[in-house]
Amino acid sequence: MRDVIIIGAGVIGCATARELSRRKLDILVVDQASDVADGGCSKANTAIVHGGYDAKSGTLKAKYNVAGNAMFDAISQELEVPFERNGSLVVAFEGDDLSGLEELKARGETNGVPGLEILNQAALQAKEPNIGPTAVAALWVPTGGIVCPYELTVAYAENAAANGVQFQFDTAVDRLEAIPGGWRITTTSGETLEAKAIVNAAGCGSGRLNNMVSAHKLDILPRRGEYYMVDKTYSGTFHSAMFQLPSDKGKGILVARTVDGTLLLGPTAEDVDDPTDTRTTAEGLAKVLQFASRTWPNIPGRSFITTFAGIRPRPSDGDFRLGEAPDAPGFFNAAGIESPGLTAAPAIGVDLAGWVADYLKAEDNPSFQPKRTAIPKFRELSNEERAVLIAQDPAFGRIVCRCETVTEGEIREAIRRTPGARTLDGVKRRTRAGMGRCQAGFCSPRVVDILCEELGLQPTEITKFGGNSVLLTGPIGGEEAAQ
Amino acid sequence: MRQVDVLIIGGGPAGLAAAIAAREAGVENLLILEREESLGGILKQCIHNGFGLQRFGEELTGPEYAQRYIDKAMELALPYQCDTMVLDVTPDRVVTAISPTEGLQQFQAKAIVLAMGCRERPRGALGIPGWRCSGIYSAGTAQRFVNLEGFLPGKEVVILGSGDIGLIMARRMTFEGCKVKACVELMPYSSGLKRNIVQCLDDYGIPLMLNHTVVDVAGRERLEGVTIAQVGENLKPIPGTEQYIPCDTLLLSVGLIPENELSTAAGVELSPATSGPVVDETLATNVPGIFAAGNVLHVHDLVDFVSEESARAGEQAARYALGQTADNGPAIPVENGFGVNGVVPQRVHAGKVDAPIRFMFRPRNVYKAVRICVDFDGQEVLRGKPHMIMAPGEMATLEVEPQLFADHPDVSKITVRLEVRQ
Repeated sequence: MRDVIIIGAGVIGCATARELSRRKLDILVVDQASDVADGGCSKANTAIVHGGYDAKSGTLKAKYNVAGNAMFDAISQELEVPFERNGSLVVAFEGDDLSGLEELKARGETNGVPGLEILNQAALQAKEPNIGPTAVAALWVPTGGIVCPYELTVAYAENAAANGVQFQFDTAVDRLEAIPGGWRITTTSGETLEAKAIVNAAGCGSGRLNNMVSAHKLDILPRRGEYYMVDKTYSGTFHSAMFQLPSDKGKGILVARTVDGTLLLGPTAEDVDDPTDTRTTAEGLAKVLQFASRTWPNIPGRSFITTFAGIRPRPSDGDFRLGEAPDAPGFFNAAGIESPGLTAAPAIGVDLAGWVADYLKAEDNPSFQPKRTAIPKFRELSNEERAVLIAQDPAFGRIVCRCETVTEGEIREAIRRTPGARTLDGVKRRTRAGMGRCQAGFCSPRVVDILCEELGLQPTEITKFGGNSVLLTGPIGGEEAAQ
Repeated sequence: MRQVDVLIIGGGPAGLAAAIAAREAGVENLLILEREESLGGILKQCIHNGFGLQRFGEELTGPEYAQRYIDKAMELALPYQCDTMVLDVTPDRVVTAISPTEGLQQFQAKAIVLAMGCRERPRGALGIPGWRCSGIYSAGTAQRFVNLEGFLPGKEVVILGSGDIGLIMARRMTFEGCKVKACVELMPYSSGLKRNIVQCLDDYGIPLMLNHTVVDVAGRERLEGVTIAQVGENLKPIPGTEQYIPCDTLLLSVGLIPENELSTAAGVELSPATSGPVVDETLATNVPGIFAAGNVLHVHDLVDFVSEESARAGEQAARYALGQTADNGPAIPVENGFGVNGVVPQRVHAGKVDAPIRFMFRPRNVYKAVRICVDFDGQEVLRGKPHMIMAPGEMATLEVEPQLFADHPDVSKITVRLEVRQ
């Protein structure tokens, strides 16, 4: 029997795994997807480190938002993940009730958010010259920031793995039951896995898992958010993340630069029955543009490089559910972690790991290594650094993704790491190969070749993201011709 | 830093023709930089025939056409370096490139020919709703998988867009035993060559559905089908016209975009109409010593014209590098008149024209009984020969002799327009 099984390899599961690896424990992370950050929450969200003014005071959301936010400078350095504290603005437009800004400011102050300030139109325009003309005032949130959600998740996972945590993918929980001294998971393929403690970080599946073992029921109401991604040519349009003041017309649409220089427009908020329904819709995308154009008038139509949707696991009782279920000893929830879950992740990881370690009376792991080294980002290096890197490994001298300037060396390293990339999307999330303006048209045949070489697979075995998402159906001329 | 007289970025049909012409114009110290492992560019995967009718008077396959230029380049012992990606070009023509064997290199060029070609528009640019499953490819990516890697991207195919690569792939996939169910085109006309519509769709009974688009994509993991719908005059789907087509592959042939990231870095002005550099009659950009030709300049449909245009760019780059060009002084603008989109060149030094200028552009729509006319300052000075039909899918060209400019030394504006017979 293992010590801990963490169900869910999103940012919460991986942060918890990493913090737990500070103790001498036998830890396994399982996920039904084929990779970390591949569920629908951590791979597709707004990529914002929230200030903490939004959550209702006194909630776990408010507490962990503010606590998590404060940890980002240190954790992003330790894990070598790009993070920028570029601030957030909550913008009010003509016709909005401006008292809403004051309410947000007061709530933020109650929540412990530092530095909040209301800007008038002139001050807003001075800060963001490209803001639309109907923007009249804004709440300035200096502690707001941006981070890449899947890069943070991968970094947590790599650091956890370096400290002994194991990962098992394509593993979906069918049953979870108490056994003497712990818990037994039966997977959908019939495998059994046992551990003294379980961490439920299963995103949209977290309600179902909780309800398998606890009478304190939790429903997850999946909510979909659709986004546009704008080419990095427009990176400089806005400096800070541009929120809109929620009004009776809706929660508003965000326009925010990502750490990679693209701009995100979104999200919508549509309740869906199916937690895996990450479809985009014509109506949803139209709504994004309609609202985003208040912040950014005349959004260039040729600027879009992709559209996508993510799912947020909205808890029925409105707040995160954290900690040991009162009627299920050794079963720890990190359930219903919707926004601001990404911001809260570092703080949730620390507390959850602490509770699990106390339950297991775990000793410290003296060989714990907190530092994770990022895959070199060729596009960000100086020419001198590039020359050195190519001299060390010629694979860094071959560009595979022309749009994002990703080298073969980076892709090979992404595959060789633990947990490493196994799919086209896995390579994409770790290196940005295929994330640029041609959306993998150029690099995908080359990435397929590299995945085959590194993993000893045939091209027909390579998938976009696991399961049946195969890229190629067979050799030309049929199977016989291939012999 | 290595000194090069003429540096050519790209070893496809444009770069090869430019390099050969530069050598023939007397430049010894030139260099072609090519990012792929061999020369030839996109022609390597264009294994169908139909290339070279204009240039060689015979039908060649893409690789055969490329080989003629590669052979010539080898005969002239032109220096080239493959597996080499250019990362940056500065306005003063310092070129930074990397390769696994040479590492990071920098070149100071006297003249540069931009010959980077173009890329395909992806799904994301269209915002097609639905699942983000596997099985959706741009047509050129599928062509590479099939023709160079030897693998099929799927078996039951719908093609969105009627660009030439999509049409060619409709036939290619049919040859491989795939079922191509439809070619769906948003516009009321095809964006491909008429001969490709006939030879790649009509001959195989593949329906071309004009005024239609894909409105939904089904399939969680692998594509399972697409919903198409008719569009109205505003190009928006008409509710109630939806139909579902089961398929495991969607190929996109929805436009090509000149690849000008390096041009922009070098300070080259781009045209919104072509997405390529603004050039004069010598194919010079606004940055002294930087020339552009081929699909990086504007998307061609015949490689024969790429070769012709690029040879001119190579020759002009050679003259610039050898110090044989005087300052041409100010140029006058060439404007798009009725029915004309993206005319190239966009500027002419009217007093210095010493060779015929071939104006090239895309008709804005389908026109019957039409001719190309040229106005100087609003006065018609040239009427081209009548055409039965012109369409956006086929580039239109008109050659203008130097004498016309000599006859009008004070011209300040040139307009290229179409005239439709009433």
